[in-house]
Amino acid sequence: MSNTPTLQKTIMTDSTRLKPLTTNAGTASEPSETAIAANHINIFYGAFKAIADVSMAVEARKITAIIGPSGCGKSTMLRAFNRMNDFVPTARVEGEILLHGQNLYAPGVDPVEVRRRVGMVFQKPNPFPKSIYDNIAWAARLNGYRGDMDKLVEESLRAAALWDEVKDKLKQSGLSLSGGQQQRLCIARTIAIRPEIILMDEPCSALDPIATIKIEELMQELKQRYTIIIVTHNMQQAARVSDRTAMMMLTEDGKRSGTLIEFDDTNVIFTRPKDKRTEDYVSGRFG
Amino acid sequence: MATTSHRLHFDQELHDLQDNLLRMASLVDSAIAHALQALADQDLDLARQIAIEDARINEIRFKIEEQCLLLIAREQPVATDLRAIVAALNIAGEIERMGDHAAGIAKTVLRMGVQAPIMPLIDLNRMADESRSMLRTALDACVKRDSELAQSVAWRDDVIDGLYQDVFRQIVGLIADDPAITTRAMYLLFAGHNLERIGDRCVNIAERVIFINSGTMKELSAGPDEHL
Repeated sequence: MSNTPTLQKTIMTDSTRLKPLTTNAGTASEPSETAIAANHINIFYGAFKAIADVSMAVEARKITAIIGPSGCGKSTMLRAFNRMNDFVPTARVEGEILLHGQNLYAPGVDPVEVRRRVGMVFQKPNPFPKSIYDNIAWAARLNGYRGDMDKLVEESLRAAALWDEVKDKLKQSGLSLSGGQQQRLCIARTIAIRPEIILMDEPCSALDPIATIKIEELMQELKQRYTIIIVTHNMQQAARVSDRTAMMMLTEDGKRSGTLIEFDDTNVIFTRPKDKRTEDYVSGRFG
Repeated sequence: MATTSHRLHFDQELHDLQDNLLRMASLVDSAIAHALQALADQDLDLARQIAIEDARINEIRFKIEEQCLLLIAREQPVATDLRAIVAALNIAGEIERMGDHAAGIAKTVLRMGVQAPIMPLIDLNRMADESRSMLRTALDACVKRDSELAQSVAWRDDVIDGLYQDVFRQIVGLIADDPAITTRAMYLLFAGHNLERIGDRCVNIAERVIFINSGTMKELSAGPDEHL
């Protein structure tokens, strides 16, 4: 057992140091529970400031979409929510990501534990080169699950709306599935670890329209239990699936850092956005 | 920062949609003028012509609806574009109903036959002039996306309402003096009512213009107690 303090331990001992959360964009129509929040986040790759002062409170059990033009830092911002940027040697994060009020970047917080609680689904389906069953079981076992594995596999595959399609071929390779099925397998694998937040980085960009709709329908099911943050280039997808939308753009100060320019209910963003730049982007007139 | 549209084809389609609204409004503008002329001159041929023109107006309305459906289905408009298309659907309906009101006056002319109106059409002509001007202003506000101009349309509706009340009182007085003219008097009242409704529909268009600009629907018309 590692001596690295777990997130849970840190929450119990370190919560009094946190600053009050503020947001720099958007207003919620009614008070709601915040699942995870960025507080004045700046992200650097070496000397380059990729993200400039982003604050946003992500509501629990809602789908929050992050949209914006290519290169505006959407994925970088998404990865900040579970410390995936730690894998980039030159990356440096300032500010706080607060999960239940606890800063995930505080000293001593275990990034592996962070990623267990804040799971991620990637653009390209990436099942392990193992059986469908083991894709779920292996990750769960690695994360310390010691319960009824058959039950966990079935529950996870059912939750990912994949059980009926694979229940008779659980020993087949996960790679034998179609792209859409592979992505749902990856979602099942994420769910099996019982995260609180699921990050999705363009999860449908490699899928055909039918597979895309299945994932979108699945997201609506999953948000009953999980908080989802999705990065998407597909405006219609953001409009269809999300409850809240964060619009990011590059700053116009010549530094070309990504920043949050508007964050509001998706209904507002796609019918009467407040910022002209959001209006131009969502209506395809950005330029 | 100047914005360069990346959707030139879509912009052209929106422009065509607006052109059809203007074409439809222009036909209704003429129909109102012709209706009052037919009423003043007991011109039955002109009254029949208005009914034919009304069919053309209806055709354009259907064309606009089809354009809107295709734009929504194919272009997935959002924000201002979506509001403009939804507003165009409503505005086309309002203009089409104005055409029906003009046709309603023409039918009154046909029912009256060659009988001269029981009183000078001074106030009815003023109502027609005012409503036509309001229609043009409302469409102008739509093209320019000018909320202040749209608001001015609503204020002018009070003029039409006032004229209609004058017409109503005059006609009631004439009927009281000579009940034998009741039927002919009611024909003129119908004409006045149609013109008053045209004014209301101009206000509805103005409300849609403000909706396009602001994203919120705002009631501009006077309360029901102020109407007859």
